[in-house]
Amino acid sequence: MIRFEHVTRRYPPGMEALADVSFSMEPGELALIGGHSGAGKSTLLKLIAAIEKPTAGTVLVNGQNVGVLKRAAIPYLRRNLGLVFQDQKLMFDRNAFENVMLPLSIAGFPPREAAKRVRAALDKVGLLAREKALPIALSGGEQQRLAIARAVVSRPAILLADEPTAHLDPDTARDVAEIFRDFHQVGVTLLIATYDDALFAEFASQRLTLNHGRLLA
Amino acid sequence: MNALVTQHGKALTWALRRLAAAPTNTLLSLLAIGIALALPATGQMLLGNALQFARSAGSAGATPQLSLFMALDADRKSTAAIDARLKSHAGVKEARFVPRSDTLQRMQADARLAEVIAALPGNPFPDAFVVTPSDNSPAAMEQLRDEFRRWPKVEHVQLDSAWVRRLDAMLRLARSGVALLTGLLGLGLVAIAFTTIRLQILTQRAEIEVSRLLGATDSFVRRPFYYFGTLQGLAGGAIAWLIVFGITALLQGPVAELAALYNTSTPEAKAGTSIALQALAASESMLLLALAGGLGWLGAALSLGQHLHRQA
Repeated sequence: MIRFEHVTRRYPPGMEALADVSFSMEPGELALIGGHSGAGKSTLLKLIAAIEKPTAGTVLVNGQNVGVLKRAAIPYLRRNLGLVFQDQKLMFDRNAFENVMLPLSIAGFPPREAAKRVRAALDKVGLLAREKALPIALSGGEQQRLAIARAVVSRPAILLADEPTAHLDPDTARDVAEIFRDFHQVGVTLLIATYDDALFAEFASQRLTLNHGRLLA
Repeated sequence: MNALVTQHGKALTWALRRLAAAPTNTLLSLLAIGIALALPATGQMLLGNALQFARSAGSAGATPQLSLFMALDADRKSTAAIDARLKSHAGVKEARFVPRSDTLQRMQADARLAEVIAALPGNPFPDAFVVTPSDNSPAAMEQLRDEFRRWPKVEHVQLDSAWVRRLDAMLRLARSGVALLTGLLGLGLVAIAFTTIRLQILTQRAEIEVSRLLGATDSFVRRPFYYFGTLQGLAGGAIAWLIVFGITALLQGPVAELAALYNTSTPEAKAGTSIALQALAASESMLLLALAGGLGWLGAALSLGQHLHRQA
């Protein structure tokens, strides 16, 4: 499903965010990426979504070499991925419903079916009652769950999450982890960058630890 | 197909909402565009009316004509031949024969001339034709003059083209003036669209970034801005149209007064000329709106090319 072959990502002047990283994930697998701050976790996720391009090596997603994708092809790759960003990137001038609607509008879903899907996704993360709320009116945990709802509303086969439980209190973090477990159980391939290994430990099949851009064995 | 229609609808709604979100800014931009376009549009309106006036004045008797004088020794037969030739000529709209006896009578009616004429041995006036050409452009008239000159027993062809040339040159000058003004102020419109779209892009930066990350294509991201630019241009064009309409209405009174003065001074004009200032014709109005919308679109395109290019 996801395969890294000797991937290096270098930022000028000569800073290596990732160095010679190789690993692979099977469909339906849940993998964790751990490591200190600045170890290259976010960079690794960005390479999968073609937000960044590898300096060397090959990133394969579904057998597709995403490092050489043409600019015009990148949107279609991203529509098959669910992305949960570290800073969430919610639209603060739109309510919860509209935020979750955005990926479906972009993909050109018929509005009526899209609305059903949006409500299903909001229901999944327990925010159905708050669909009219602006993100600013939501708690930290609710905002995180809203970001997850937006990531899964188009039912992607792959879900990438960057620190989804950071800044959350332990109880809320556990709730969020359970949402991810549910997706894992229905066969979604999950790659989660986190400090909090213990939260996901019981269902993670693979644990990648980065140290200054290198994968520890 | 359906999805595309929905997306266009969304982009259009977004653009309308953005225009409504900052009414003062929108109004000022629209005024700037409207006034910029109103100048050449007013020029076009005045030019159209000047043409109309020149034409109607022409039909009242001031149409350029050629006078064709026969030789004094021309007999009836050759005069009749010329008459027939003129009447069957494609470039001649109308030819009126003025017999030499009529001219003599008319001149004798003037007491001062009568004495002079009486002192002369015979009728000093030749037979003449007054020719109205079907095409009254200076070039066509000169061609006719040169042709008539070569006909037998034609002594002289007089062409009254000076004022035609002057009118023609003036209209050409006015037309280039309007074109120049349109070009310059059109450029201004593109600049206005460029800047307002740039501001819109800046305020929407976060949304654009998120949309891209969620799989938005370039055209999805750009579409609303194209609508914004085009709508802004169209609305500015509509304001320009209203301004021209207002100017027309305001000038109606003074023009009518002026027209009244002209009508009393020349009796022929009274019959043929009625001057009322016309607003822009339907085709001109459409052109104005199309130009305004098109230039707004162009400003958006340039701005998007400049400000969206580098984003991932």
